[in-house]
Amino acid sequence: MSFTINLTVNGVNYNDVIDTRVLLVDYLREKLELTGTHVGCDTSSCGSCTIHLDGKAMKSCTMFAVQADGADITTIEGMCQNGELHPLQEGFKEEHGLQCGFCTPGMIMTAADLLKNNSKPSEEEIRCGLDGNFCRCTGYQNIVKAVQYAADKS
Amino acid sequence: MGNLIGKAVKRVEDNRFIKGEGKYTDDFNMKNQTFAMYVRSPHAHAKINNIDISSAEAMDGVVKVFTGKDIAEAGIVGSICGWQVDFKNGDTMKEPGHPILVADKVRHVGDPVALVIAEDKYIARDASELIEVDYDILDAVVDPKAAVHDGAPQVHDDVPNNKIYEWEIGDKESTDTAFENAHHVTSLSFHNQKLVPNAIEPRAALGHYDSNEDKYTLYTTSQNPHLARLIIAAFVLSIPEHKLRVISPDVGGGFGSKIFAYNDECGILWASKQIGRPIKWTADRSEAFITDCHGRDHVTDAKLALDADGKITGLRTKTYAAMGAYLSNFSTCVPSYLHGTLMQGLYTTPAVHVDVTAVVTHTVPVDAYRGAGRPEATYSIERLIETAAKEIGMDPAEFRKKNFIPAFDGVSQPGYQTQVALQYDSGDYEGALNKALEVSDYEGLKSQREEARSKGRLMGIGFSTYIEACGIAPSAVVGSLGARVGLYDAASIRVHPTGKVTIHSGAHSHGQGHETTFAQVVADAFGIGMDDVNVVHGDTENVPFGMGTYGSRSLAVCGSAIMKSVDKVKEKGARIAAHKLECSPDDLEFANGAWTVKGTDKSVGFGDVALTAYVPHDYPEGEEPGLDFASFYDPANFVYPFGTHICVVEIDKETGEVEILKYVAVDDCGNIINPMIVEGQVHGGIAQGVGQALYEGAVYDDSGQLLNGTMLDYTMPRADNFPMFETDHTVTPCPHNPLGVKGIGEAGTIASTPAVVNAVIDALSDYGVKDLQMPLTPQRVWKAMNNNGKL
Repeated sequence: MSFTINLTVNGVNYNDVIDTRVLLVDYLREKLELTGTHVGCDTSSCGSCTIHLDGKAMKSCTMFAVQADGADITTIEGMCQNGELHPLQEGFKEEHGLQCGFCTPGMIMTAADLLKNNSKPSEEEIRCGLDGNFCRCTGYQNIVKAVQYAADKS
Repeated sequence: MGNLIGKAVKRVEDNRFIKGEGKYTDDFNMKNQTFAMYVRSPHAHAKINNIDISSAEAMDGVVKVFTGKDIAEAGIVGSICGWQVDFKNGDTMKEPGHPILVADKVRHVGDPVALVIAEDKYIARDASELIEVDYDILDAVVDPKAAVHDGAPQVHDDVPNNKIYEWEIGDKESTDTAFENAHHVTSLSFHNQKLVPNAIEPRAALGHYDSNEDKYTLYTTSQNPHLARLIIAAFVLSIPEHKLRVISPDVGGGFGSKIFAYNDECGILWASKQIGRPIKWTADRSEAFITDCHGRDHVTDAKLALDADGKITGLRTKTYAAMGAYLSNFSTCVPSYLHGTLMQGLYTTPAVHVDVTAVVTHTVPVDAYRGAGRPEATYSIERLIETAAKEIGMDPAEFRKKNFIPAFDGVSQPGYQTQVALQYDSGDYEGALNKALEVSDYEGLKSQREEARSKGRLMGIGFSTYIEACGIAPSAVVGSLGARVGLYDAASIRVHPTGKVTIHSGAHSHGQGHETTFAQVVADAFGIGMDDVNVVHGDTENVPFGMGTYGSRSLAVCGSAIMKSVDKVKEKGARIAAHKLECSPDDLEFANGAWTVKGTDKSVGFGDVALTAYVPHDYPEGEEPGLDFASFYDPANFVYPFGTHICVVEIDKETGEVEILKYVAVDDCGNIINPMIVEGQVHGGIAQGVGQALYEGAVYDDSGQLLNGTMLDYTMPRADNFPMFETDHTVTPCPHNPLGVKGIGEAGTIASTPAVVNAVIDALSDYGVKDLQMPLTPQRVWKAMNNNGKL
């Protein structure tokens, strides 16, 4: 069964006819070729697929694209503004908050939501806020520092 | 050297990753591509009576369905074992077959029985569900020790008692004597549990056969593209190597699990030729749980003998090591040469004997996982050491100092020959321990522990003083021990006409930061900037035949190959410079990016020499144009990083939950090129080792079902499980490689697991708990506290 969706992704409006069972992450990755959003687990456990949907962090691997009809979505590709890195993107580089980079887009999107709701989080609040995202490389320490860097900067 | 080595240079590769512009295998697509789905056995052990693919084949959008019969008819063997470890009685190692698709009998949950190829991945999944397999379910065996018993279910008909090999190292007789004469014997038994690596990027493959060129291309998630090409081309699919290009682009974590040339990827490549179209396959997480090689799964009895003075006189272990259902590429060397040879640790133990029986079970194959054998060895040693110290009433730090090998630099003092084959290169084990005691304020910690205990709180301190053998490995040595490959690496340096440089590296970077570290080394050597150097890796068409990244080898082995190429560039550059300066090359010295006539201000820059090499109008007679050298480096020895980790925990009396209050790591990986990257590797390693100690472990039922095969069920560490780790280091250079470097990728994982468990056992000392099996879940800890130390 097909359905027409109308949505905005990174400020661009899209109107697409899609199969109703297509997952949002597949729509983003395969139809829009926004491959910065990754799939690590298919069960909302790892957070690699985190995007912003109407301003809130969401895991796009367990959502149908049709559920995003009418939504305003931001992916990692939309985080740079006018060629300027988002403070979190800068923080991840400055604090060595990534190694293989696979979880990084999801971490950045989750952390951006966290900072939106709490601009000066404590270390504990950052750690709890990242609880839905797995990183297997960094031991999280420098990810926490990257979020602190962004919080200090903004 | 210049001014980049030793600096925390920010990583150049981050620019793409932070913007979501990394390119991983699943991000690539090809024109006219199809999608594959493997149909996998839901049973651990079952005979296949029939496979009915007719409904799947008839489905719209299905391109082709293959079964084990097709594979058998094509005469393709599966992936191979790359290391022959024979029985101690001289019998040859058992090597059961490992078909790409199984036709007759499945041997673990996840064994593939059919391959569905369709126009899109949703159709491929639908069709896979229409395939009906008629199974006769058979009894399974999952416990490595039970597998060798007479009457246990047999995994392969040609592997009697499920034994792949029985192996030993060390001197049994002298060890027996040490135990006969021991004043005190400490005994422990462990299950170093089965772990699921769970790199966050699942394995993937995009295979294509180009009939015009009669050539295959495989994009895949590999830590070592040349090794993958060698195995796939020469041993599995019988493709001439020059007709296969393996591209391993950005890879989302490996931890060992992406070393291996898996059957799945081979199947995709083979099938792409059969259907004449590209095929993409990306594992989902549930599939990763039952197909990515697992780690550890050692069942061990370990004993330590002491004299009346508290000196260690002997160590003995007996291990049953599971290989899973089939032999993965390097599975056989992990419990033998990567485990048994480490068993002396950093102690003067005069008699050591290690006995290992490798067995097959009806579980997912087991192979190298971060540390690979060395964590298992270190766990046995460091649990014994800490337990022995407690049993004889000595402080664990003092007990270690009493038994450490004295410091040696490997230059003016020789390397240290152990009782189990290895010759350590250089070390100052007490130095690292002393630094850790200082950084952690051990005396203060002991007071805190006393105070906490007086208030009824359960606080514990645990040590781990480790050594490991990495920088794998001297080819002749490993060859004599059964390795079927060499373990050198390769790198080329191409100096461009304008003096810019490209490094082509045999090592593959999947988080290690080679694009930065290797560039630092070369930029420093030539006195040029980081921006003047880039690093190419991951494509067999573009990089020399290197063996890839695992065993903490990239800098020690590939970095040494880079330095050999650097030297060749400098040598030739000096001849060109000498021609330009009208002197002898011997009169020149190279510093700050220029060759200068000693004692004068006459000099010529690196860029000028490069340009002259490519525009050789006024040029030394007989000299070839160009400035482009490849080198292979075969290490003279392993490298031996070491250190001390101290973990402080508190246990919640009500829930049994373990909280890490403090974690101090002092590591010695020789000279440090980029301290930021080294520290990051240590953090990640610690987290993975803590994962084993407290959270992780594949749980199988008796029928061979993996009960926790999703990330919802398999517990892994999250951000709120850790404090900020405190890291420091000592520097004892490696005496036998040009950069003086050891490895750091696995050290944290090797060290941390016993440190955490030792701390928990210390915290539980009032409960009479001597040992607990990992993972130390709240339930296990609570039961131990509430059942007189018994589970």
